[in-house]
Amino acid sequence: MAVDRLLPTEEARDLIALTRDFADNELLSRVEAHEKTETYPEGLFASMARVGLLGLPYPEQWGGGGQPYEVYLQVLEELAARWAAVAVATSVQALSIHPVHKFGTPAQQEQWLPEMLAGRLIGGYSLSEPQAGSDAAALICKAEKTETGFRVTGTKAWITHGGIADYYALFARTGEGSRGISCFLGPGHAEGLSFGKPEEKMGLHAIPTTNAFYDGVEFEADRLIGAEGQGLEIAFSALDAGRLGIAACATGLAQAALDAAVDYANERTTFGRKIVDHQGLGFLLADMAAAVDSARATYLDAARRRDAGRPYSRNASVAKLVCSDAAMKVTTDAVQVFGGYGYTRDFPVERYMREAKIMQIFEGTNQIQRLVISRGLSR
Amino acid sequence: MKIVVCVKQVPDTWAEKKLDASKTLDRVSVDNILNEMDEFALEEALQMIAAHSGTVTVLSMGPDSATEAIRKALSMGADGAIHIVDDALKGSCAAVTSLVLAKALERIGDYDLVISGSEASDARTSVVPAMLAERLGIPQVTFVNKVEVDPAAKTLKANRITDDGYQVVEASLPAMISAVEKMNEPRYPSFKGIMAAKKKPVETLSIADLGLEADAVGLSGSWTKVNDSADRPPRSAGTIVEDEGNGGAALVDFLASKKFV
Repeated sequence: MAVDRLLPTEEARDLIALTRDFADNELLSRVEAHEKTETYPEGLFASMARVGLLGLPYPEQWGGGGQPYEVYLQVLEELAARWAAVAVATSVQALSIHPVHKFGTPAQQEQWLPEMLAGRLIGGYSLSEPQAGSDAAALICKAEKTETGFRVTGTKAWITHGGIADYYALFARTGEGSRGISCFLGPGHAEGLSFGKPEEKMGLHAIPTTNAFYDGVEFEADRLIGAEGQGLEIAFSALDAGRLGIAACATGLAQAALDAAVDYANERTTFGRKIVDHQGLGFLLADMAAAVDSARATYLDAARRRDAGRPYSRNASVAKLVCSDAAMKVTTDAVQVFGGYGYTRDFPVERYMREAKIMQIFEGTNQIQRLVISRGLSR
Repeated sequence: MKIVVCVKQVPDTWAEKKLDASKTLDRVSVDNILNEMDEFALEEALQMIAAHSGTVTVLSMGPDSATEAIRKALSMGADGAIHIVDDALKGSCAAVTSLVLAKALERIGDYDLVISGSEASDARTSVVPAMLAERLGIPQVTFVNKVEVDPAAKTLKANRITDDGYQVVEASLPAMISAVEKMNEPRYPSFKGIMAAKKKPVETLSIADLGLEADAVGLSGSWTKVNDSADRPPRSAGTIVEDEGNGGAALVDFLASKKFV
């Protein structure tokens, strides 16, 4: 059943209706085949762009949807309830735009934002390296100054849309220490740039995740975003918003698992009654519903703080932690509700369970979220 | 080109349809949508003006709630709409509907092409487009699955599907065509289209605005009348034939008993 949402405007209600219509027809019909065969949904992001679902949280001035996070995240949640991999890539698209939007010069914004927000350019986000994940400041990919700009050499890891994206928000070292990292808008294809074969992941099969190898790739000087050395600040500021995106994706995934479990529990009978009417199962479903509702409330609280211009970094970490843990719990329990059938690929819940695991890991592991939260508690 | 697309709001395709006390379709207790066949008509019109420039006006007769279907059409890209809404219209048959639409089209005047879906999913008479063309005195090309217009020569060439193939038909403009499904791929409204639709003009007309009297329309003006109706009987259980080597023969016997073979 459709989630009953409190939305701030009629515009937002129309947007959610459009999202549901689009997602029911274009995502739900394709998700199973693409996830099973690990094939990229060619053309899907172009049609999402046409409908206006990419670039929602950015200003209309640049062709964005002008939507508050409170609304944008609920769109992501609706997408994730149909196809988690597509919702995650949509969130990463928004993440990749953040550096130019927040830290770019007017000339850079003019050059890049309209194309990015119209979805004519697909973006990736490239901070992690094989040896530098949670400890982002340990990255070693370097960008050396040249006469015309920078020469980039090194290896980046875990890139959503790797090899497919048209540009990457790339973080590389221009100096020593945590203040020696700079942000670049790297090209999608360039001489000396190659990509590894897609990782064989547990889930999110339809969208490739790859390494990138930079072998002396030349960047023009105007590909530097913000000041030299400002990279980590930019990366973390993008991640605060990105974490909210993942929180919303995790909530959508949990909602899908709950819906599937509730439908099944109302159909399947044992000992002469529907299994939902056995208290053991009914209470399990009740806990699942409570977890989904509280996940949604938590990310929406953080989103509203962001929309109000209030500090929200801690709330974003709490939301990422709470929502992804909820997704893991709810999807695992959904498999339990389905019993043996839940363990087969004939039903979607085993996929939900596999997809949920990554929500606890990427864009800051849940241990890193706890670190962010606990630092705020230390006096 | 100036294209007018006639659209209708209908009960959701999968909704259980019921008659109300006046033996007309209950449009209140169900979810209503833009008639799907009309989406093909609208998409065709939008593609035509993308290729030849011009405007698309949506024309709809229906209760207040039909505004939603009109908004959907506007959000897909139509430029403006005319909504004929009048309590007296309730219960209008196909002939009366075509009369009201014809009056509205005469008022619009300088149209080049009128397009509608070839049927509405509620009444499914399929006759309104033909009746409308007849009243307007313009060529009618019904059940079209492909059409090319030549605005300069003021002609169109269309493929008209028939029971056993299709006819290639030429007509002069202005003309009326009715679209069959799969004629094209109707677009989703975009988010920006939805926003823009709120600012597009929707003219509301009563039957008085069209110079019609109340007793010429609605139940009183209709040429047809529903005397009686009955609920669809519940589906009866099918016959299961165990195949013991005679499955084929049993199947043919069944088909023969229904006069299919």
